[in-house]
Amino acid sequence: MLTQDNKFLRVLTVMLLAMSITVPVAQADNDEKHDGKYGKKYSSKYGGENRGKPLQLAQTNAKFQQECTSCHIAYVPGLLPAESWRRMMAGLDKHFDSDASLDAEDNKEITAFLVNNASNRWSAPTSPLRITESAWFKHKHDSREIDPAVWKNPKVQSPANCGACHPQAERGNFNEHDIRIPR
Amino acid sequence: MFHLFRASGFVLIAAGLAVQPAFAETPNEILASIQQEAAGTAGAQEFSAVRGESFFKAKHGNDWSCASCHTDNPAAPGKHAKTGKVIDPLAPSAHAERFTNPKKVAKWFKRNCNDVLNRVCTPQEKGDVLTYLLTVNK
Repeated sequence: MLTQDNKFLRVLTVMLLAMSITVPVAQADNDEKHDGKYGKKYSSKYGGENRGKPLQLAQTNAKFQQECTSCHIAYVPGLLPAESWRRMMAGLDKHFDSDASLDAEDNKEITAFLVNNASNRWSAPTSPLRITESAWFKHKHDSREIDPAVWKNPKVQSPANCGACHPQAERGNFNEHDIRIPR
Repeated sequence: MFHLFRASGFVLIAAGLAVQPAFAETPNEILASIQQEAAGTAGAQEFSAVRGESFFKAKHGNDWSCASCHTDNPAAPGKHAKTGKVIDPLAPSAHAERFTNPKKVAKWFKRNCNDVLNRVCTPQEKGDVLTYLLTVNK
């Protein structure tokens, strides 16, 4: 009797443990697939074109820094989905009207870094090449948010010039409290 | 037996070092390798700083010349014509790292010739430009 009880307890414990592991995973899965409480909130925001979170990169890549910043600031990978980066890196010989081609080895390493750190909240089947064409960007920079005169300021010039107003852009910090719009 | 192992180890290390690509070169060594390239082409002339300078400052059918980003004074810092990113001076006299890494030299000639001329540059053009850049004093 005692041994049977023990056996029962052991089986119960194993089952409970197993449930505690599988249940949350199943829920997370549901959230994404069936628009559960969180799934809906995230997947439909900005029509599914949402930049990634966390934005702060846990690690960066030396080759990415070196190569990409020879012409422009280091746009953090979380601003676009993985497919955007794949397309971008496959067309570097015509990169926004400029030849930015890399050798195969460097291209592979940088592509892997970008894809692995791409937006994790992007659910739309879109893959823009310009960050400024994403729904999240347009929403956060529309005329109600940003006075159109700001873009004409010579210190700003272009919406691609993130650092003009987001001094910590290259570290992935676009926090509202850190915005400094130049006068 | 041990000596044999050690000896073969040294041989392996030596072989490994020998196949390492040479990264650090001087601008004159880079110029010499362009010279070798040019020697094989038809109508090759001696490199000319004067020709290099006019090539550098002229447009070649596109919106940009070399000087659009590197400015008319290669000893001064440049500025990317589109993004505004500051570019270190191109003349080796003003920036010692310039033309010391063959891989980097090949990468930028390919990119920039494509942007300025829609084609690769000939060894003659590259040699003329580097000859010019080497005459520019800080």
